[in-house]
Amino acid sequence: MSLNLIFEKSIPGRQAAAQAPKPNAQAVTHIPEHLLRKTPPRWPACSELQVVRHFTQLSQKNFGIDTHFYPLGSCSMKYNPRGVHRAASQANFTRCHPLAPSETIQGTLEILHTLQNYLAEITGMAGVSLTPMAGAQGEFSGVAMIKAYHQARGDVGRDEMLIPDAAHGTNPASAVACGFKSIEIPTAKDGDIDLNALRERLGPKTAGIMLTNPSTLGLFMRQIKEIAAMVHEAGGLLYYDGANLNAILGKVRPGDMGFDVMHLNLHKTFATPHGGGGPGSGPVAVSNRLLPFLPQPTVLKTSDGHYRFAEHQDAPQSIGRLSAFMGNAGILLRAYFYICVLGKQGLTRVSEFATLNANYLLAELQRVGYTAAYPKRRASHEFLITLAPEKKQYDIQAMDIAKRLLDYGFHAPTTYFPLLVPECLLIEPTETECKEELDKFISAMARILNEAKTNPDMLKNAPHTRPIKRLDEVKAAKNMDFNYFLSTVATP
Amino acid sequence: MPYIPHTPEDTQSMLERIHQAPNIEALFDEINPDLRQKAFEHLPDGLNEMDLLQHAEALANKNKNTVCFIGAGSYEHHIPAAVWDIASRGEFLTSYTPYQAEASQGTLQLLYEFQTMIAELTGMDVANASMYDGATALAEAVLMAIRMNRTHKTRRVLVPETLHPLYRATLETILQHQDVTLLTLPMDTTQGITNLEALNAYEHDEITALIIAQPNFFGGLEPVDALSDWAHAHQAISIACVNPISLGLLKPPGNWGTHGVDIACGEGQPLGAPMASGGPYVGFFSTKKVHVRQMPGRLIGRTTDEDGKPGYTLTLQAREQHIRRAKATSNICTNQGLLTTTATIHMSLLGPEGLARVAQHCHENTHKLATELAKIPGVSLVFNAPFFHEVLLQLPISAQKIVRTLAQQGFAGGYLVEPHYPNLPNTLLVCATECRTDTEIRAFANALQHILAAENQTQTQTPLMETPS
Amino acid sequence: MKFTSTHEWVNTSETPVVIGITHHAQSLLGDLVFIELPELGKEVKTGDELGVIESVKAASDFYAPIRGTVIAINEAVKANPELVNNDAEGAGWLLKIQASHPDDLEALLDATQYEKIIAEEH
Repeated sequence: MSLNLIFEKSIPGRQAAAQAPKPNAQAVTHIPEHLLRKTPPRWPACSELQVVRHFTQLSQKNFGIDTHFYPLGSCSMKYNPRGVHRAASQANFTRCHPLAPSETIQGTLEILHTLQNYLAEITGMAGVSLTPMAGAQGEFSGVAMIKAYHQARGDVGRDEMLIPDAAHGTNPASAVACGFKSIEIPTAKDGDIDLNALRERLGPKTAGIMLTNPSTLGLFMRQIKEIAAMVHEAGGLLYYDGANLNAILGKVRPGDMGFDVMHLNLHKTFATPHGGGGPGSGPVAVSNRLLPFLPQPTVLKTSDGHYRFAEHQDAPQSIGRLSAFMGNAGILLRAYFYICVLGKQGLTRVSEFATLNANYLLAELQRVGYTAAYPKRRASHEFLITLAPEKKQYDIQAMDIAKRLLDYGFHAPTTYFPLLVPECLLIEPTETECKEELDKFISAMARILNEAKTNPDMLKNAPHTRPIKRLDEVKAAKNMDFNYFLSTVATP
Repeated sequence: MPYIPHTPEDTQSMLERIHQAPNIEALFDEINPDLRQKAFEHLPDGLNEMDLLQHAEALANKNKNTVCFIGAGSYEHHIPAAVWDIASRGEFLTSYTPYQAEASQGTLQLLYEFQTMIAELTGMDVANASMYDGATALAEAVLMAIRMNRTHKTRRVLVPETLHPLYRATLETILQHQDVTLLTLPMDTTQGITNLEALNAYEHDEITALIIAQPNFFGGLEPVDALSDWAHAHQAISIACVNPISLGLLKPPGNWGTHGVDIACGEGQPLGAPMASGGPYVGFFSTKKVHVRQMPGRLIGRTTDEDGKPGYTLTLQAREQHIRRAKATSNICTNQGLLTTTATIHMSLLGPEGLARVAQHCHENTHKLATELAKIPGVSLVFNAPFFHEVLLQLPISAQKIVRTLAQQGFAGGYLVEPHYPNLPNTLLVCATECRTDTEIRAFANALQHILAAENQTQTQTPLMETPS
Repeated sequence: MKFTSTHEWVNTSETPVVIGITHHAQSLLGDLVFIELPELGKEVKTGDELGVIESVKAASDFYAPIRGTVIAINEAVKANPELVNNDAEGAGWLLKIQASHPDDLEALLDATQYEKIIAEEH
């Protein structure tokens, strides 16, 4: 029982009897013997209470937004509204089959169609497809649309995608998945893109550039107009990674900055629940020239007010479908209801208070002794601090601060991303945190900095108060224990 | 302001601590003024929660409640109440990717249990912590097969004609820039399963991968042993695309043929996810231990902490996009975490006995449905191979018209197959899971009978049986 | 001992030459968990990807410093990647290449030049 895994609680003959149909009267018929399963899978045989207790206890080992301040940079861990969750969870939404006749799902289709329009207005773009199931799929479709656009024009030599070295790893991975070469653009010391390097790398082979603004460094890219002009002049298109949209909602629209295509992360900006790693949703929005290539199905409204999914003949130049059905519909409903609650004024306030909270934290953390990576710049909705000085002086690392924060009751900020800034923490408070929570965080960070000076082992061996201490990751990679029944590792 | 807590006093005292910030607007002073937008115009005004819920209910009421006889990749099953109750706890619902292992042992242990259960279900060694859905999991399997067979000069993949057409379409989109050739393996038109003789054409060809769907799109049971062995004998990576509930009855892909398959994947929606118009669902993906470094997606491994206590952590991350970037095995980052949670709780509540019963009830109900419907004059089964929980019907007139009329009468009657298979006109793919009662099946059969009779006859219609509400 | 700017070392006093990654490189990667080596008999050009060295936090490609054929690989590091951490420039050797163009060896960096590169990185 020492591992507390559900399999160890399994007793042959136990069952959550209320959850299974009545036992079958006869043996299985109409299936050839050689195709039948001989031994059942070793799924747990437990009572319903055992299962409920097991997973409830597991949940208690987690930090969530509901329980802890969660300043994970570039993830926008804002409050996931319960009312929105309830609105989207109604049986009339969840019981619909994805291939049901359109006349039976007019409510769902109306929401999706309206959401397409809302997101187009929010981003300043001409059209939207809701189908990509996460940011990475959104990126893939965006890059694929850029490729389709050039190919449709007969411009087939453009096989390079320019990507800043500070970009999120999904960017180059998505570019390569579309058959592009990923060409890195260096970031200058002031945090802006190196324009000279960009100029050198632009040319007839440039299909486009993938950017985010504010950048992954938490800084607004001040030369965006110039960059857009340069790339367009070279014949390339601009892709916007929408991960940081929380910083500029209602202030600047990516379409107005010159971007041709972008994805949104609904699980970031639009407060859909993160669920321990997903599901997300990464709708794409495009300018006019890319409309024909949008991934399908989109939702159309006919002249008599009837909603339906688009079919092949409606979008013959589409890059195609990204999944069997129309994407993470339940998440899309949540995003729609979130927009309904916030309304036009509320959406603009998101960026205002996200930015206020970030700048306040930046100012106060500097006051207690931390080093901003870009001290001369405004924070956007997030900012970077670097622990490089502390590493030199006290031999502690950013990871040590992160782990010690867990003892103080805070989830750590993002560590070691972007790779550009050594020993960094990327901190994003979001707009839903109140001043007292931020002050508690600042106070904890001040105490941790003091511990670094007076008692560094406290940090190096942190966390001390969690169910486990730091894990041996080398051992995890070498053990390769991914399956309880194949584990050769002795249990304690 | 919904969800934003700041009072004017809060704002004032915070601004005072920030350099050169007389007001919030000043914080945006790095943005070029001519980039700034006007206020939003076509977005609505905000709502409070009470108004939101009324608005949501009104919209939900525009959806019609129908009795579901459609399968085709998404299936209605009973989801125990505890599944979403527990998964909706804030600690599960509002946590993020478990990068800080000490703050996420709940999620990490759960994922380890999920991996174990999926490996057991599919008869393979190791499973990852999920993909977006079954179709993208299949695409990732093909990409993995290409990596495994990287010495091949061509990238030719055999795809059965009996594979779900929407999965085929997804493969085409995701693989379009990878120089992959998808070759269709035709089906035997009487049996509705892959024609083994079609493999002879590739006897001396370099084939990178062979996809085997079980059950196939039409519910038919394929000759999986022969297909799996052929792949192995020809150095092609065998990829099983399977339904998880069917594996309560059917032999798992790890046991197909002499060696089992190399990769097993599929749609996990039947394990705890409502049909919900198509998502969020959850793809599962498993392989043999020797191939684990080529597997995409997140992977949770067991290890110990500094005190020797067992713990769980993300591992082999060097394969993933956040480290390997352009050379990653996949671009996937966010996956389907919450749905993995519900699937694990669902599988635990079913247990092996529950799974077997659900599978058998689905099998029996679909057979009952097929038998009832085939009694109707003009209706017959198209194929004669054994089938599981889905079957293709031949109708005497336009299936599209029938489906529309059935919808008016409260039935989601089936999936129209003809747009994808022009050589199968007037056919309808129907399914009956364990949720369908005998009453519903009889009502459906009656409705269909009357619709067909009305088409044929001009005499007064006999009254229809009441459909269940 | 000669070096490359991509942190490989080449022991030119033996034939075929012995190749590995430098002590500096392994210190950047951290504890190694897996090493992927090329197939025997593989023919390579200068700059070709030879294999991958994987730690918990990074995966780094390593490259052919010269043209030739892979004649031998060090099975010991496959089983025990820590060998490369502990003795990168000795027992942690990775493979041996039969040089097809001996002149390639001249183009490699010497110890002083390599030290300079490391210094510039900081």
